[in-house]
Amino acid sequence: MWKGVLAEFATQESNAAPAAIRTRDLNLWYGTFQALFDINLNVRNGIITSLIGPSGCGKSTFLRSVNRINERLGYVRIAGSIDVMGNNIFAPDVELLQVRKQVGMVFQRPNPLPLSIRDNVLFGHRLHEANKAAENDVVEKALREVLLWDKVKDRLNQPAIGLSLEEQQKLCIARLLPVKPRVLLMDEPCSALDPKGTEAVEELIWELRGDYTILIVTHNMAQARRASEECVFMLMGKVVEHTATDTMFVTPENKETADYIEGRYG
Amino acid sequence: MSRSSVTDFDRRNRDWYIDRLVQAVVFIGGISAIVFIIGIFVFITREGFSFIATEFDVSGFFLSQNWRPTSESNPTYGILALVAGTASVTGLAMLVAIPFSLGAAIFIAEFATGRVREVLKILVELLAAIPSVVWGFIGLSIMNPLIIEWFNVPVGLNVLNAGIILGLMAAPIMTSIAEDALKAVPDRYREAAEAMGATRWQVIAKVVLPAAKNGLLGAVLLGVGRGFGETMAVLMATGHSVNIPTSIFDSVRALTATIAAELGETAVGSPHYQALFTIGIFLFAITFVINLTADLIVRGIRNK
Repeated sequence: MWKGVLAEFATQESNAAPAAIRTRDLNLWYGTFQALFDINLNVRNGIITSLIGPSGCGKSTFLRSVNRINERLGYVRIAGSIDVMGNNIFAPDVELLQVRKQVGMVFQRPNPLPLSIRDNVLFGHRLHEANKAAENDVVEKALREVLLWDKVKDRLNQPAIGLSLEEQQKLCIARLLPVKPRVLLMDEPCSALDPKGTEAVEELIWELRGDYTILIVTHNMAQARRASEECVFMLMGKVVEHTATDTMFVTPENKETADYIEGRYG
Repeated sequence: MSRSSVTDFDRRNRDWYIDRLVQAVVFIGGISAIVFIIGIFVFITREGFSFIATEFDVSGFFLSQNWRPTSESNPTYGILALVAGTASVTGLAMLVAIPFSLGAAIFIAEFATGRVREVLKILVELLAAIPSVVWGFIGLSIMNPLIIEWFNVPVGLNVLNAGIILGLMAAPIMTSIAEDALKAVPDRYREAAEAMGATRWQVIAKVVLPAAKNGLLGAVLLGVGRGFGETMAVLMATGHSVNIPTSIFDSVRALTATIAAELGETAVGSPHYQALFTIGIFLFAITFVINLTADLIVRGIRNK
């Protein structure tokens, strides 16, 4: 499997690194409404890629396809393929648990579970690992990684709902880390936060890059520009442009991209 | 009316009067609930009061199992056996109703979709509307012979029969309330857990049920309240014999059923009559406490 992926990449011009997420002719329908049209994307391993585009362009839908969470709606139909780290996530013998172990997701509104801080961090871990002995270390490591440990170490058993929104969002990132995902999907992770919280969470996301492949949906042009290395512009369910962020914001190829970036619509 | 001038500030049209009238009617409607509950309490207290004041002694009333109100020489009014009857039937009913109603609520709220869900909700509400005398009839004419046949016991009107009947009666309302409690759990919790790889059942067991536990406990308590207060079905299905049960095949008699069966045959104002009203006060107090507790729990007010 890996060889095939690598061979394919060798033939492509610029990107030497293998794709963390690769889609082929991905089409998606909500009932009879088609939301995605022939998406062919290679999201590079270990960098931050941002997804931008006006409301309803399909960027969240695409994001929610990569961990198959949009299937819980029941009326979603998908054609085409998505490979995560070289494995087709729609293959018939795929276990959703394993897909979601590889692909963590951070939501628009911080959604810590109605449990203690500690149990939130351990929730995913416990789904995969019965070993209780390591739990304390797991909690500390994950919370340290999101720069939350010093703030919450004395109240690990208090409800997570008591944290500020910024801390909640960091906790939502922390709880993904113990199972060592390869990809983190983030659906406008800062849109519910104030400017200070946004800055803190953006910094954290920047820190995590390299260890994780991060795909982030954002409405905020400035955020896409400062916090991502590659940028995908989507419009009406199609990918219009996918280049390095610097290139897209300085010399966009398409007129639609330029218009959107400059705020003429959206 | 049609004379309109600039100074006509005090002119009132029809809508003003309608508004006042509706306000008054709605106010009376709203306040009447309080008036009625106080009225009922005052009434049953007054009827039972002289019994409490004269013949009532706590141990004789609550701790004696001799309910012999019609004895010529020495009438006794001990409700212990009646309390045991009510408690045993209600307890068994809860054993039947809790798994049924929680299962149904989880299925309707978490698994069923679209038409199945709508039909089930309507059916559950329909079940809740079946008159209790019909349930009692089922206990008397269907369950009774079945229990005699299956368990080879002389009488089929017993704790088992009434417990099952009462459990099935209480289940729909418990299902309804439990389902509301599950639906009140925000969907983003489920989404978060699912995105971490939790299965449907893990989402329910680890996230949804703990988050809804207050509402679920409230549902169970309301079911208990229903069980305590139910009269006609238990009157018909328990066998109505004063007895502290030692097995589920013993006939018992419930507090409520005693009042229903005997009140019509007592002389107004007699000790027997007043003893029945004292039972009424006792039932009123218990159901009041249960419902109040359920209400407070559902609202999430707990004293820690």
